[in-house]
Amino acid sequence: MKYYAYYPGCSMKATGVPIELSALAIAKPLDMELLEIEDWTCCGSSPFGGVNKVEAISIAARNLALAEKTGLDLVTPCSSCYIVLSEAASLIKENPQLAATVRDALAAVGLEYQGTVRVRHLVEVLFNDIGTEAMAAKVVKPLDGLKVACYYGCQQVRPKYGFDDPEMPQWLDLMAESLGAEPVPFPFKARCCGSSAVTSQADVALELINKLLANASANGAQCIASTTCPLCHTNLDACQGMARRRFKASYNLPVLAITQLIGAALGLDYKALGLDKNVVSPKKVLAPYMSKAQEVKI
Amino acid sequence: MGKNGRRSFLEEVAVIPGNEKIRECIQCGVCSGSCSTAAHWEYPPRKIIAMVRSGLRDDVLSSNSIWFCVSCYLCTARCPRDIKPANIMHALESLALKEGYKPPSRTPIMYRSFVDSIEGNGRVYELGFMLKYYLRTNPLAAIKMLPMALSLLSHGRMPLMPEKVKGKGEVKTILEKVRAGGAQ
Repeated sequence: MKYYAYYPGCSMKATGVPIELSALAIAKPLDMELLEIEDWTCCGSSPFGGVNKVEAISIAARNLALAEKTGLDLVTPCSSCYIVLSEAASLIKENPQLAATVRDALAAVGLEYQGTVRVRHLVEVLFNDIGTEAMAAKVVKPLDGLKVACYYGCQQVRPKYGFDDPEMPQWLDLMAESLGAEPVPFPFKARCCGSSAVTSQADVALELINKLLANASANGAQCIASTTCPLCHTNLDACQGMARRRFKASYNLPVLAITQLIGAALGLDYKALGLDKNVVSPKKVLAPYMSKAQEVKI
Repeated sequence: MGKNGRRSFLEEVAVIPGNEKIRECIQCGVCSGSCSTAAHWEYPPRKIIAMVRSGLRDDVLSSNSIWFCVSCYLCTARCPRDIKPANIMHALESLALKEGYKPPSRTPIMYRSFVDSIEGNGRVYELGFMLKYYLRTNPLAAIKMLPMALSLLSHGRMPLMPEKVKGKGEVKTILEKVRAGGAQ
């Protein structure tokens, strides 16, 4: 059994619920335990960094200090938390003046950060610590022939803290393959989902969402297998109807987080994987692969 | 130093951690060509960098451009001079906010609503943050987003109450401490 200090990030408790449910559901069968960091707070977030970087890094450091106490690697499913916490950890290490500010601020709440935490992304942990072979060995419902477009988003592959290739990543494709699914070519797999612009510049975000979905659909995908980032997932899933109407498009692509896809292949329950909470229902594309027992809950 | 003993705009930006290499820009335009949203910028990233180096402080800080950066980091991954344009844009955003510029963009208000949510709850409360943002900008725009919000609500993905976070007091204390130190 492998243990991790699990940092969900704020969205996991709201728009990201289906991802969190599925991540926690597949953990046990894959011999890992995600131990939620007690009393974690916001990672600092990119909007806060845009307002004041030092303040944002200081509140990120609170979480790094809490994770450090556990002695475990910090693992987050959110690509934005991943990049923000990674950057905070490395800037604190490289910049003595910043480190001093953070040290004083943490001391005011009785915390200390020594700089030893390793910040990791759930997708990277699934690929490197569990691995596609172990995953394939646990498959009970192979997703034979299911055509998936694997979507990585930006912040898990770029820039400095990215793993996998920054423009043509493969890891999600390899994981999907190990479950029996058939990844289709998807040139836009690491292009932007529109991110938080969906709130402040909706037109700009919908344009990007439309490009991604049209590209996946044109390549024959039946569904998207997305990274575990809640913003990527919500933009492609919950905003899909808006994008479809705006651009008079015809795609209708369920967006499964890779953890949901893995869970389906492991034979886990539809609801336990939060699949009923996906806005674009994955019921139809998964029907051929889910057993009666899994379907009962549909 | 500039001619009157003040730091030039370029120096001001270059001293921010991560922005040092801005001086090495060769104006190749790979950042603008790669940018996910450049079509909407008044001045695309390459131009913004040229303008920073030319000292066009007001034009840069009052334009809508920097606020379009969605942090996709394609510019940063591809820059042949290892410059981090996305970081530069975010540093310029902080500078514009600090100095009270009112750029023709709603993103600063979105950022502010987001930060308020973190300061108030210790975590971002998505529904509360979005309501606050739309009330501060254009409540009518919220109507367009209503179908999406309702579908999230009906799928159990939009809680009506924020979570109770014990650590929210600690977040406040940390921020007060940093602010008292006058960190930029």
